[in-house]
Amino acid sequence: MALDKETVRHIAWLARIKVGEAQLETMSHELTRIIDWVEQLNEVDTEGVAPMTAAVEMQARLRTDRVTDGGYAERIVENAPEPTHGFFAVPKVVE
Amino acid sequence: MTTGLTQLTLAEARDGLARGDFSARELTEAHIRAVEAARSLNAFITETPERALDGAKASDQRRAKGAAGVMEGIPVAIKDLFCTEGVLTTAGSHILNGFHPPYESTVTGNLWKAGAVMLGKTNMDEFAMGSSNATSYYRPVESPWRRHGDNRPLVPGGSSGGSAAAVAARCAIGAIGTDTGGSIRQPAAFSGVVGLKPTYGRCSRWGIVAFASSLDQAGPLARTVRDAAIMLRAMAGFDAKDSTSVEAPVPDYEAALGNGIKGLRVGIPAEYLVDGMPAEIEALWREGVQWLEAAGAETREISLPHTKYALPTYYIVAPAEASSNLARYDGVRFGLREAGQSPDEMYENTRAAGFGAEVKRRVLIGTYVLSAGYYDAYYLKAQRLRTLIAQDFAQAFAEVDVVLTPTAPSTAFAIGDKLDDPIAMYLNDVFTVPASLAGLPAISVPAGLGADGLPLGLQVLGRAFDEATVLQVAEALERAAGFDTTPPFVAGG
Repeated sequence: MALDKETVRHIAWLARIKVGEAQLETMSHELTRIIDWVEQLNEVDTEGVAPMTAAVEMQARLRTDRVTDGGYAERIVENAPEPTHGFFAVPKVVE
Repeated sequence: MTTGLTQLTLAEARDGLARGDFSARELTEAHIRAVEAARSLNAFITETPERALDGAKASDQRRAKGAAGVMEGIPVAIKDLFCTEGVLTTAGSHILNGFHPPYESTVTGNLWKAGAVMLGKTNMDEFAMGSSNATSYYRPVESPWRRHGDNRPLVPGGSSGGSAAAVAARCAIGAIGTDTGGSIRQPAAFSGVVGLKPTYGRCSRWGIVAFASSLDQAGPLARTVRDAAIMLRAMAGFDAKDSTSVEAPVPDYEAALGNGIKGLRVGIPAEYLVDGMPAEIEALWREGVQWLEAAGAETREISLPHTKYALPTYYIVAPAEASSNLARYDGVRFGLREAGQSPDEMYENTRAAGFGAEVKRRVLIGTYVLSAGYYDAYYLKAQRLRTLIAQDFAQAFAEVDVVLTPTAPSTAFAIGDKLDDPIAMYLNDVFTVPASLAGLPAISVPAGLGADGLPLGLQVLGRAFDEATVLQVAEALERAAGFDTTPPFVAGG
């Protein structure tokens, strides 16, 4: 399955990674090679095989629904590129 | 006696500290000097000498009060994928620029509770995606090893390459890494050290920067099997903060060593004899079989029929999970931000500037295989293959106790090699990925040297949560191999 330039442009948008026009061609080749290589899995008949959902069988644990952490907003926003009055700031969303 | 402190194994250092031959402070100072002397290797992204000295002083005080932990006073290096409170944590990526976690990962927290001392944060492939350390934003790590008669710098393996190089070069007594498809075992093999990937669920993933959550597992890199056993005991344990952490007691792995392997059944999987495997690796593997037989084990050929599909399965599952995990790097809450006119443009610019080529490749592959119309054909297909690979192991472990294989299909290669061919790089993990997909414990033990003078490793795989048997067999291999070659570059005096 070839990932043409349009497909790469689309998935790059889905992944929110800006890919310049000049790189689309190279990426299309690289990604196509990887996808072609993983497609050897189609040699295997997996009819009736359940997909693995956990590496090790385990029961989901339940816990009491109560707050166990938090209350230090200023420490959290300290790592933000633009912390503003204890909030995360983003470019203007509404015109 | 304070000379030669960096030559000690963890067990020797622990016993020396207990006898009072030297203090944690002296031991730590020797290792801080070794870290400084080895800067040319670029094994560390961040050195933390002041924190190490404070830790060592506190350790000496605890010991004086009779409250020594199982790793009391032992200086270790931490892969820069573990969040360490207040200490820069980068995952080898520009996108985590300046990130100082406000919390401590469970595994590093366990090490500090056991008395260990942090020397610094080690270099790694960006987001643990790589087998050479070449994808680090902080430049490649150089191996302390060199080929005979060839001074070109070599890779230490990856992704935990900084940790492997630090242990091999005697900068740290032990180090911790993470293994998603071989990232502890392959650099351990390339660097001539022991590297253990525990069973999925044995060590908490809480506070480890996530790559592929169904595969990621923390583990030790050390110079001996005994040292790895000591470290695993300190690292492991149930953690309510990781929903896949297993609620099971942690055995005293060290106590299980020395029991011998008489009567243990060792499986030799025919499918691991891959096309193009160098003859010296095949020969070492056969030697490993003989060593285990001489130690009283029974060996038999087994079949793991889906082995050849493990690598392509991994290269669907891991990128898919990575594309989801790495969605959080959006320039809003931490790390790098590149300006944009709208939030979308800001995300696009930030992620374009913050991620390196290999990370972008994997995020795009992952996004593609999870996207509408392709999910069943790729992701679901890979998860079905994963079931078959796990079933292969389940059938094998009905008739054997452990499996013996080579760790990697070659010795270390030169820095810069294989960079233009992603699939050639992926093939480094051909022997390590199957155990990752099945969640099983596996260890690499240095077992010999190739004709080029570089270390080769053998791998022992075991049943889920049976690290104790894996370690016993590894110790038998270690004893028989008698690997005692030190790399040409050793930092400490």
